[in-house]
Amino acid sequence: MNRSTIDLWVGLFVVIGIGAIAFLSLKVGNLTSVSSAPGYHLDAAFDNIGGLKLRAPVKAAGVVVGRVERITLDPQTYQAVVSMRIDQGYQFTKDTIASILTSGLLGEVYVGLDSGGDTQMLADNARIGKTQSAMVLEKLIGQFMFDKAASGATSAGASDASPASPPKATAPTGAAMAGGTK
Amino acid sequence: MRSDALTWALRRVGERTLGWVERMGFAARFSLAVLTHSPAALRRIQLTMREIYFAGVLSLVIIMVSGLFVGMVLALQGYEVLTRYGANESLGVLVALSLVRELGPVVAGLLFASRAGSAITAEIGLMKTTEQLSAMEMMAVDPLARVVAPRFFGGIISMPLLTALFSTLGVFGAYLVGVKLIGIDAGAFWGNMQSAVDFRRDIVNGIIKSVVFGIAVSLIAVFEGYNARPTAEGVSTATTRTVVASSLSILALDFVLTVFMFRGIGV
Repeated sequence: MNRSTIDLWVGLFVVIGIGAIAFLSLKVGNLTSVSSAPGYHLDAAFDNIGGLKLRAPVKAAGVVVGRVERITLDPQTYQAVVSMRIDQGYQFTKDTIASILTSGLLGEVYVGLDSGGDTQMLADNARIGKTQSAMVLEKLIGQFMFDKAASGATSAGASDASPASPPKATAPTGAAMAGGTK
Repeated sequence: MRSDALTWALRRVGERTLGWVERMGFAARFSLAVLTHSPAALRRIQLTMREIYFAGVLSLVIIMVSGLFVGMVLALQGYEVLTRYGANESLGVLVALSLVRELGPVVAGLLFASRAGSAITAEIGLMKTTEQLSAMEMMAVDPLARVVAPRFFGGIISMPLLTALFSTLGVFGAYLVGVKLIGIDAGAFWGNMQSAVDFRRDIVNGIIKSVVFGIAVSLIAVFEGYNARPTAEGVSTATTRTVVASSLSILALDFVLTVFMFRGIGV
């Protein structure tokens, strides 16, 4: 085999090898849409973020409008501060509600944004005031059990009010923890 | 009588251990020598090109066909399991992540070790047996620069490209089975894959793995060939050792690299 044939084959090999790397980066890894689009930042504080991860999608009406960039714990309020990068093309009103949602039963956790009717828009690095925390299954079940126990106790022993009072006192705090601020 | 057998066994153990330590020392010295001779291989690029042809281009068919079949089998098996959880849209994610992170570098490395590594060892071993290496030294041509370094670099350059091709063909095979045969929605297949596969964490780490495996396999192959006993039997032993040692070191290195790369998944 002479020299130029080898060169040709090696050149072909290198070209399709680099082509494969490009395919993996662009088509499989979706490199193009990760960092190139210009955007701005929004913060939101949640009582509980559940299973939210970095780079989780931020969706409005089901459309991906950004990604979660940073999650930190505020040492004063003990709330989770989620920093999101929103694509430049999308603007949200000042009374937007941010909530932690799950797509399907076992699907990914994402941040949902619901715009309100305010005329002013959120600026760069603004804090979203109204948030709704993640639904934690254990707390929901606990709350449900308390409600059941409370209703059972009141119907069974209506004359004796003392057993029913402790569940009644704890149930609202459970609801507040699970529901977050509305 | 019994004490004789015991002495003999102890002596064997000592001999084996010393021999092994000596081999390790020689291997370290040899690796350094190959590295110091690497500029020669890069200067005479034509020799390295020839070795890329033998190690890389001639391995193309086996790598591409294996990648295709591995991807197709992954898609079938993955679909079987994912359907139980109603998550068959995630087939693309499953196949792409397992190929790019693990199967691509490891299986391509194992195939490369048995296809190209054994050939390199046999070639260098036979050169030694037929005293071509000694003849080169006699002519003041350094066999390390002329024979060993080009094969070493040919392997290192070929391995990442072969791995990328393996993974690409695997994803394509999964696409054929998942979308064309089973009928998963093509948009969900590609879309879920793209949102789950990260460029830095998955693809770059996969390429780093393949480069490390390429270095390991090429180094073991040229070392075993250069260190082979100059007999027909010695060459055959060296070839076997290349395949065994490089397969084991690929699997062990893969574990070590994975521990370092994916320790903090999802944090």
